[in-house]
Amino acid sequence: MNRRVVITGLGVVAPNGVGLNAFTHAIKNGISGIRHDAQLHNLQFSCQIVGKPQISEELKLNYFSELELRGFNSTGILYGVIAGIDAWKDAGLTIENNVDPDWDSGVIFGSGTSGIDKFRESIYKIDELQTRRLGSTVVAQTMNSGISAYLGGKLGLGNQVTTNSSACTTGTESILMAYERIKNGQANRILAGSTSDSGPYIWAGFDAMRVCTFKHNESPEQGSRPMSASASGFVPGSGAGAIVLEDLESALQRGVRIYGEVLGGNINSGGQRGSGTMTAPNSVAVQRCIKEAIKNAGITSNDIDTINGHLTATAKDSLEIANWREALNRNGLDFPYINSLKSMTGHCLSAAGSIESVAAILQLYHGFIFPNINCEDLHPEIEGSTDRLKIPTKLINTEVNIIAKASFGFGDVNACVIFKKFDE
Amino acid sequence: MKREEIIEKLKTIVKPYVNNQEAYENMNESSDFIKDLGVNSANLVDIVLDVEEQFNIVIDNPEMERMLDVKTAIDIIEVKTE
Repeated sequence: MNRRVVITGLGVVAPNGVGLNAFTHAIKNGISGIRHDAQLHNLQFSCQIVGKPQISEELKLNYFSELELRGFNSTGILYGVIAGIDAWKDAGLTIENNVDPDWDSGVIFGSGTSGIDKFRESIYKIDELQTRRLGSTVVAQTMNSGISAYLGGKLGLGNQVTTNSSACTTGTESILMAYERIKNGQANRILAGSTSDSGPYIWAGFDAMRVCTFKHNESPEQGSRPMSASASGFVPGSGAGAIVLEDLESALQRGVRIYGEVLGGNINSGGQRGSGTMTAPNSVAVQRCIKEAIKNAGITSNDIDTINGHLTATAKDSLEIANWREALNRNGLDFPYINSLKSMTGHCLSAAGSIESVAAILQLYHGFIFPNINCEDLHPEIEGSTDRLKIPTKLINTEVNIIAKASFGFGDVNACVIFKKFDE
Repeated sequence: MKREEIIEKLKTIVKPYVNNQEAYENMNESSDFIKDLGVNSANLVDIVLDVEEQFNIVIDNPEMERMLDVKTAIDIIEVKTE
C-alpha cells in the first residue's frame, strides 16, 4: 500500500501567538515572543529571557475540566492539549462520545519531558515523607507519554497512541512517523505534533552548558539572532505544534480543506562518529538526511522553493547553511529562500519541529515567506556563499510550492520532511 | 460528628469527582462511589485525601480499601471524629 498523505488540520501554541490566527499574524509581521523572565532573574540564570506562550486561566477551561485542573502542573500537557484539540477541530473533526473508539485515528505526539514542575512538586512531598498524599495524577502528568494519553482520551482515538522523543528533532520526527503509518495503510488519520515544558527546571541544563545567550537580558526581542554575526547563543522556549495528517482519500471524502501534502522525508543519525558528538552534528549525516529526504519525496533539489531551517542562533548556524548548500548543490542566488522561526520564538526544544512545521505549512497554504528578524548583520561565513536576498528580513508574498523543513537534535539525530502545495 | 452532618460535608467533597449527576442529587448512605456516582476509581484516592483534610483525620490503607461506598465512609469518619 502506498497512499498519499495530506495535511487537513493545524494547531499551535507558540511564544508569539496562541492559535492559528494570532500565530499567522505574528510570523508574517516578524513579531517576537521573547520576554524577560523574572523567575529566571531571581534564580540567577545567565540567560533571563525566554519564549513562553501566554495562556489565560479562562482559555484553559475551554480544554480542561475543573477536576482535571485540580493539582494540574504540567505546561507541556497544557500546550499540547490546546494545540492538539485545535488542530483536530481545524480539520473539521468532531469529538465523539461513542462506546467504541475511532479505530482508524491515532496520536503520535512527542515530548522531551513531561510535567517537570509536577515532578519537582512531587519530589519535595516524597522527601517530606508525604508519598501517600501525592494524589492520583502524578503518573499521568509526569509520564513522557502523558501528552499523547491526554489527547487520545479526550478525542477517543483507537489507533496507535504514543509519544516519540528525539530531543530537538522530536516534532519533525512525529510528522514523519505519522506519515509512514498512514502511507502504509495502518491508520487513516494521525494527530502528529510535539510539546515542550516551560520553566527553569527544563531550561537550566542549557543555561549551565552556556549555550544560551546572556547578552540580551535587557533587550529580549533582539536576543534570538539566527544567522547573525552577533548571534550569541539560543533563547530557550516552549509551546506545542499539532498537525492532522490524513489519507488523501479520506480527506477528499470528507470534503475538507487541504493545507498541503507530505511528499516524504528522512530520519537518520550521525552515530556520534566523525564530527558528530552528543551535542554536535555529524555533517555527513545531516547532508545525507537532506539528500535522502529529497530522493524519498521523488523531487530534485532544484524543486525546493524555500527551506525552514533548524538555525538556533549558535555558532552552528553557518555550518547548517553550508550543509544545506552541499546537500542541495545550490549556492549564491541559486540557493532557496531560507528562514528560521526561532528568531521570533526562541528554541522551543522538543516542540520546535512541530511549531516550525506549522509555520512552514502556513507559508505553503497562504503563499508567503515569513521574515527572519535580528539578522541584518548576516554572519560573514553565510554571506560569502548564500545571497543575502535569499535570507529575507521582510515578508515576501509569493506562491510557494515545495518546502524542506529540517530539525537536528542532541544525540546527533536528524529529520527532514518535504511539504508540497496540494495539487490533485 | 452526626451522620447527617458528615454526609453533607461528604457531598461537597465528592462533587467534582462525580460523573453521574442524577445519582449525585440522590446520594445517600447506600450510594456506591464507583458504581452509582460514576467516580473514576483512580479518584478514590483523591476523595480520601480531601476527606482527611476536611475532617482533620488520618485514614490508613486498610480503611481506604473499604471506603467504596458512602455508608462505609461515614462509619469510618464518624468513629474518627468522635
